[in-house]
Amino acid sequence: MAQPSFETLLPRLGESFGATAEAAEAMGAMGDPRALPLLRALNDNRLGRTADGRLVIDGRDALTGEAAPSPAELLRINNRVRVALRGAMGRLAIVSPDAAERAAAAEAVFRTRSAENVPLLEAALAREALPDIRARLELALGASRLISNDPAGQRAGVAALAQAGTADARNLLLEVRASRTELAAEIDQAIAAIDGKLAFRRAAETLFQGLSLGSVLLLAALGLAITFGVMGVINMAHGEMVMLGAYTTFVVQEALRSTGMAAWSLPLSVPAAFVVTAAIGVALERGLIRHLYGRPLETLLLTFGIGMMIQQSVRLVFGAQNREVLSPAWMQGSLLLPGGIAVTQNRLWIIFFALAVLVAVMAAIRFTRFGLQMRAVVQNRRIAATMGIRTGRVDAATFAVGSGIAGIAGVALSQIDNVSPNLGTGYIIDSFMVVVFGGVGSLLGTLVGAMTLGLTNKLLEPYAGAVLAKVAVLVGIMIFIQRRPKGLFALKGRAAE
Amino acid sequence: MNSLYLDGVTVMFDGFRALNNLSLIIEPGELRAIIGPNGAGKTTMMDVITGKTKPTTGTVKFGNHDLTRMDEPRIAMLGIGRKFQKPTVFDALTVFENLELALKSPRGPLACWRWRLAGTARQKIQATLDEIGLPDRAQDLAGLLSHGQRQWLEIGMLLMQEPELLLVDEPVAGMTDQETEHTAALLKRIAGTRSVVVVEHDLEFVRALGRRVTVLHEGSTLSEGSIDHVQNDPRVIEVYLGR
Amino acid sequence: MRRAILLACICTLAALPLLNMLPTDNPLHVSDFIITIVGKWLCYAILALSIDLAWGYAGILSLGHGAFFALGGYAIGMHLMRLIGPRGVYGHPILPDFMVFLGYTELPWFWWGFQSFPFAMAMALAVPGLLAFVVGYLAFRSRITGVYLSILTQALTYALMLAFFRNDMGFGGNNGFTDFKELLGFSLNTSSARMGLFYASLLALVVALALCANIVGSKLGRVLVAVRDGESRARFLGYDTLQHKLFIFVLSAMLAGLAGALYVPQVGIINPGEFSPGNSIEAVVWVAFGGRGTLVGAILGAFSVNALKTWLTSVAPDLWLFVLGAIFVAVTLLLPRGLIGLLEGRRK
Repeated sequence: MAQPSFETLLPRLGESFGATAEAAEAMGAMGDPRALPLLRALNDNRLGRTADGRLVIDGRDALTGEAAPSPAELLRINNRVRVALRGAMGRLAIVSPDAAERAAAAEAVFRTRSAENVPLLEAALAREALPDIRARLELALGASRLISNDPAGQRAGVAALAQAGTADARNLLLEVRASRTELAAEIDQAIAAIDGKLAFRRAAETLFQGLSLGSVLLLAALGLAITFGVMGVINMAHGEMVMLGAYTTFVVQEALRSTGMAAWSLPLSVPAAFVVTAAIGVALERGLIRHLYGRPLETLLLTFGIGMMIQQSVRLVFGAQNREVLSPAWMQGSLLLPGGIAVTQNRLWIIFFALAVLVAVMAAIRFTRFGLQMRAVVQNRRIAATMGIRTGRVDAATFAVGSGIAGIAGVALSQIDNVSPNLGTGYIIDSFMVVVFGGVGSLLGTLVGAMTLGLTNKLLEPYAGAVLAKVAVLVGIMIFIQRRPKGLFALKGRAAE
Repeated sequence: MNSLYLDGVTVMFDGFRALNNLSLIIEPGELRAIIGPNGAGKTTMMDVITGKTKPTTGTVKFGNHDLTRMDEPRIAMLGIGRKFQKPTVFDALTVFENLELALKSPRGPLACWRWRLAGTARQKIQATLDEIGLPDRAQDLAGLLSHGQRQWLEIGMLLMQEPELLLVDEPVAGMTDQETEHTAALLKRIAGTRSVVVVEHDLEFVRALGRRVTVLHEGSTLSEGSIDHVQNDPRVIEVYLGR
Repeated sequence: MRRAILLACICTLAALPLLNMLPTDNPLHVSDFIITIVGKWLCYAILALSIDLAWGYAGILSLGHGAFFALGGYAIGMHLMRLIGPRGVYGHPILPDFMVFLGYTELPWFWWGFQSFPFAMAMALAVPGLLAFVVGYLAFRSRITGVYLSILTQALTYALMLAFFRNDMGFGGNNGFTDFKELLGFSLNTSSARMGLFYASLLALVVALALCANIVGSKLGRVLVAVRDGESRARFLGYDTLQHKLFIFVLSAMLAGLAGALYVPQVGIINPGEFSPGNSIEAVVWVAFGGRGTLVGAILGAFSVNALKTWLTSVAPDLWLFVLGAIFVAVTLLLPRGLIGLLEGRRK
């Protein structure tokens, strides 16, 4: 059968119902993107033909887009044409200008599994630029070739499916294996290759999830590590500071909602949350916690009570239900890395953000005057005081920084967790585990602790389930503390006493 | 009675040698004074003997018992008592109760629960109260005592344990001259039936004890002998006065 | 003086169920509501005693005592579930409703024996005791003290809460156990059963108080104070403090388990919410508010804070968490010796 060209098919539209239907089917199989608007217009009864034979949509030439000089007569369709159009439009969506439509069509073509789709898919593939959709098209093409009757095409299909390396491809190969005994060896090889790829992808995705959880823990634990490390103060209201940071993000978003700054609300929330929570932190430290230095258990109870009151205040002001914090466009969706590894943008951003915050804090401690004073107080509070360092001020500033970082963590968490009054409760215990595991007074320890805990949790989850993984991590930490009571990165010598 | 035997003991903290190949023998019934500048390793040596710090290398033996393999309570029950530099008594308990806790008796939780103060134990506590000059304060909380009185209470607690070996860290700090004399006499009287190791800065007090002296410097023995011998040793003079 | 007040309080409490039997129009009549709620407070008081024993005397601040309480409650809850028998919705002669619903065909091994009341009571004490032994041994051996221990125990109860929320644990998941019918042959909805449980709780409280008083009055009590104030010093005196701490921690956990076992038949329900870390820390505040380090203070705190809670949650529920938070702040900053300190301070 000779392939008719697009141009030769045009005049046949509207010739008769039968000719129109055949022309539509032929256009659908060809995969020429110009056909899609034509057929859609025809389906919507908007396609007309002028006396000189030109096709017109809504008073414009259907192919060139120029204003049509003469009036057109609308082409009529019947049910047979409608059926043909539906099929053709479905296949042509694969060359639609809209990426989401193309992806959906590629998926649909893969599911229909017909050898007739081969030319359509080849045409689409020649035109496609987006790697994500190309992968889908190749998968569909491989599947279509595999069930064609051409042995060379079948081999190419197996290879394409092996290349695609998805669970769907693997299932298809398994299905076909029984009926294509002559290809059994190739198919087995392809399945083995897919298994390898899937295992790699799973490992990579677990790694990513682990790093993501680890970075969340790092953000939540960082502020705690500072207050606990420097002042020995267990701040049980730390989780509430995180929660306040998330609510600050919500308030900033609402305030900027109808202004031109709306797109900037998330970046602006970071300093806002820092300032709000740092201010509350200083007020707490100077007003209450200061009076309890040297009595850590009392401080623990005091801050728990404060946390309770903060939580209830937020509940009364904002309500107990979740508040919606929107993600900016650049944080939405997911990114497909080579090898088919999908990573969600917001989690990727949080990993970078957490590391950036850690680096900033470490630099501040290392290179600023405040950092120097803080380190002096950690080493020896009394001697620092005799050197003229106002330890009270250092304490207040430390508490401010610790609380402020908690607020920043809240901004990040608002992107991946429900913003509700008990947002912080879930993080406080894990954060303490991170600090204890990593070693009190060591930010590097906090980093390693957070990542270890995050990865271990995610590695155990497939085998033990989320809850038992948590329990296992907890038991693991208890046993670990047996061997290293001071954590991974312990301060040694006299400073530790 | 057992002798205390330290051989080649080294303690490392982060690459810093708090004790450096220290060797020391205390004979049964001996009274030994140990002096040395700050950081010489006196407190670390006490920590090693009482089990608070494990040596990096070296042997620590009390008779046939390997002290490096025992924890603090077991070493204490073996008959090694320690008085700390900073008196640490239990402020929330009375003077009498502090001594009662130190009294040699079964230490387990159930034994403590069942324990009743018998006549002989009460007499022992009373005798110690007289010895340390606090019979009138027996029912006062230890937290209400003066610094000197706390020193005495701590010495009293040491006596109540009836140890074979007493490690006494700066016993006369904060005491009047008269009290210092009393302490020297007390330690001399105890020695003979027990071994005593005294760490002290106060050279007059060491002279008053009049026994063998060991000088520690940078974690090892610098000089050993009578107080006169030690004071004339050029190396000791250099460490104390030189540089 | 303390002793006289205590005796008066016990007599008043013992009289409550009798006043409940008076006709309702009698001015001295005490309503069923009061009996149930005071019965609950009696259990809370035992829990407070157990916390005070560990914290007030031995300095072990456990933020996970709610877990021991809940485990005791679950043990007796399993017994109560077994006693429902064929009266459940599905009418299965052995399996509780939730197991039939989840498709169990036979009783899991850890449910064996719970049809016997003495066994269930023994488990209500033994399971918390064993858990405390394991956790305490691991923690005390590596010298985990102070806030570290507090956080560790809090993580423990949190992990248990998550675990008990799971359906496949075999403890009823989210819903826990409820719809109990009878205990020791008495239907739980009768006033005689309520009275019996009330007296059992009162008796348990008095016995627990006597036991604790005996311990803190003995040399063991003084060793515990020594451990609290100077653990390292106590070790140099020859006390293997691990043993003493472990002993008191296990005993304290068992008392908490007993409290939970008495509590559950009175409230008629036990679910994983009892493990919530907030419950444990709230119980710690009862002790702090009443006056830690005094046994009467712990009981006083449990009664007074819960009385306040009952009243306030009915008149102004939104305010309660503020008031509770304020109590936390007040006892740490203003009332370090609690109500007892305040009362005795006045008298002096």
